[in-house]
Amino acid sequence: MRHRISLRVGPVGFRIGSDWRAPIAALDALYRDYPRPDFADYTVRLEATSFWRRWLRPSVQTLGDYHLPDSAPLPLAQGLLAAEMGMNLQVALGHRRHLLLHAAVVARDDRAVLLSGVSGAGKSTLALMLSRRGWRFLGDEFALIDPVSGLAYPFPRPISLKNESLGVIPPDSLTGPHLTGTPKGEVRHVAPDSAAIAAMDVPARPVLVIFPRFGQPLALHGMAPTETFVRLTQASTNYVALGEAGFRALTRLRSDVPAVALDYPDGESGVAAVESIWSQL
Amino acid sequence: MNAVERLIDLLRAPERSTAIPLDVWTEILTVARAETLLGTLAYRLDGLTLPAVVVAVLADAKAEAEQVRRTALWEANRIAHALAPLGHPVILLKGTAFVAAGLAAGRGRGIGDCDILLPQSLLDRAEALLIDAGWGWLKSDLYDDLYYRRWMHELPPLVHVERGHMVDVHHTILPPTARPTPDPEALIADAEMLAGGLATLCHSDMIVHAAAHLFADGELSGGLRNLWDIHALVEERGMAGLAERARHHGLSNAVGRALRLSHALYGTAVPNTWQTLNATDRLYRWRMTARDGWGRERRWLTRMGFYIRSHAIRMPLPLLVRHLWIKWRKGKAAGVSE
Repeated sequence: MRHRISLRVGPVGFRIGSDWRAPIAALDALYRDYPRPDFADYTVRLEATSFWRRWLRPSVQTLGDYHLPDSAPLPLAQGLLAAEMGMNLQVALGHRRHLLLHAAVVARDDRAVLLSGVSGAGKSTLALMLSRRGWRFLGDEFALIDPVSGLAYPFPRPISLKNESLGVIPPDSLTGPHLTGTPKGEVRHVAPDSAAIAAMDVPARPVLVIFPRFGQPLALHGMAPTETFVRLTQASTNYVALGEAGFRALTRLRSDVPAVALDYPDGESGVAAVESIWSQL
Repeated sequence: MNAVERLIDLLRAPERSTAIPLDVWTEILTVARAETLLGTLAYRLDGLTLPAVVVAVLADAKAEAEQVRRTALWEANRIAHALAPLGHPVILLKGTAFVAAGLAAGRGRGIGDCDILLPQSLLDRAEALLIDAGWGWLKSDLYDDLYYRRWMHELPPLVHVERGHMVDVHHTILPPTARPTPDPEALIADAEMLAGGLATLCHSDMIVHAAAHLFADGELSGGLRNLWDIHALVEERGMAGLAERARHHGLSNAVGRALRLSHALYGTAVPNTWQTLNATDRLYRWRMTARDGWGRERRWLTRMGFYIRSHAIRMPLPLLVRHLWIKWRKGKAAGVSE
């Protein structure tokens, strides 16, 4: 395609092609510190929805090795978001090397905490705030669990913050454009700190799983192993596709790693609660 | 060589994979995914010394194919279980048949729906039994439903409510409205039994069906994979009696074209008669290789031509016009009600 870029994030190489220059330029700036590999595991294409829509009210269709048949197109101004969604989709639908959990991951001394929850649970915000307090950032979208070793592999993509969480973005960070009117509301991407990118090939051992829930009075619950298991199957995008390997990886994670549910009213108290649980491990 | 030609070349001669630059591998793997040939390619390249990043993608593809195989066999098992009261073997078609019979054509192959063949006289009972066992109709549209029952060679697709897998119950291998009329009684009489109430078509009929599907039914999208099926079937078990069988089913043209193209693209060993492409064959090859290194479909005009042709060969013109008219009016009505 006319405009293109290759990026590597942790174990995954992406090739993104575009009918327009702008989305590629935005990726090039946001992924400034990431390697530009020769090889890509997955291809993403940002294509005009029709011949005319390349120029006239440009409209971006997100395609690639894997795509959803009925995904709504985005305006060109949201091209960066289209590319990010395209990259997520390739991994969610195509990746088999790791068990994928919808979770943010942070680590200290190569011991990792998985923050697993639905969109809006506060995974990205907590991960960003913890990374500013000395935690290593491994990712805010997917935890990549090696089915053989049980280790979590970093997949430190730029952090995607939405709506009320935009206020936590530190002023000195490298960010993408402020996107408004997207299907997810206001969105802004924040590049992880350079230390997180430099360490993106260094795995960490999961030692704690937290299921956070934002906007609730502070509360901490233990969790029965059966509930942990079911929640983790729901959090995984490729558990079924992995078959027996997925079942083994998940049962092992469930039996080796304690899990808690954390309700928290705001970011500050969420961070304090995570660090307090950590200190009692 | 472009990426599609590279893919074809690698399937044909895996040992030529050693000197390929990494950025070209990216294109080949993307095209292989788009043509649902990545699993097949992964098994073809098994054991060769390749870059670690490429090996990792191929290992993923093999893991996926293994899971697909397992799921397909389980689905076939469940269908046979549901249809046991018929007292007639369930004849598996296409991908599920290849893996159930342990054929090379099934190695790494993607498998979507489960296609089965039964005598037309048993179709009503089969449908009732499947519905009792948890399958349900996907299409709730009355016209589509009637269209399937009146004009097609299969029941409207049935989906299992819990597993979400689809079964297509056929009574022959081409729509009754198409010009060639295969002999369903011969297909069923010569089927080869497997364990568990399952069966497959005999070897020649498998090739005839694959050729019919490719050249007498579809619009050639995914054609490279379907042609690979034919190549793998011929390579593994030869083609004795194939020409006679094709003639019996009225599908000599489709089988001849399949053998010529399979020889030209994949180097299938065929007698001299089938070793030269004619002008029309070349047009087919042009259509089947209409994809660029980004996985995008190219050659719009050629594809459109084959798309129109796919409808024209499936039914006579008056029926086609009536069908498209009703579809168009329904489309308009849906647009207004939105």
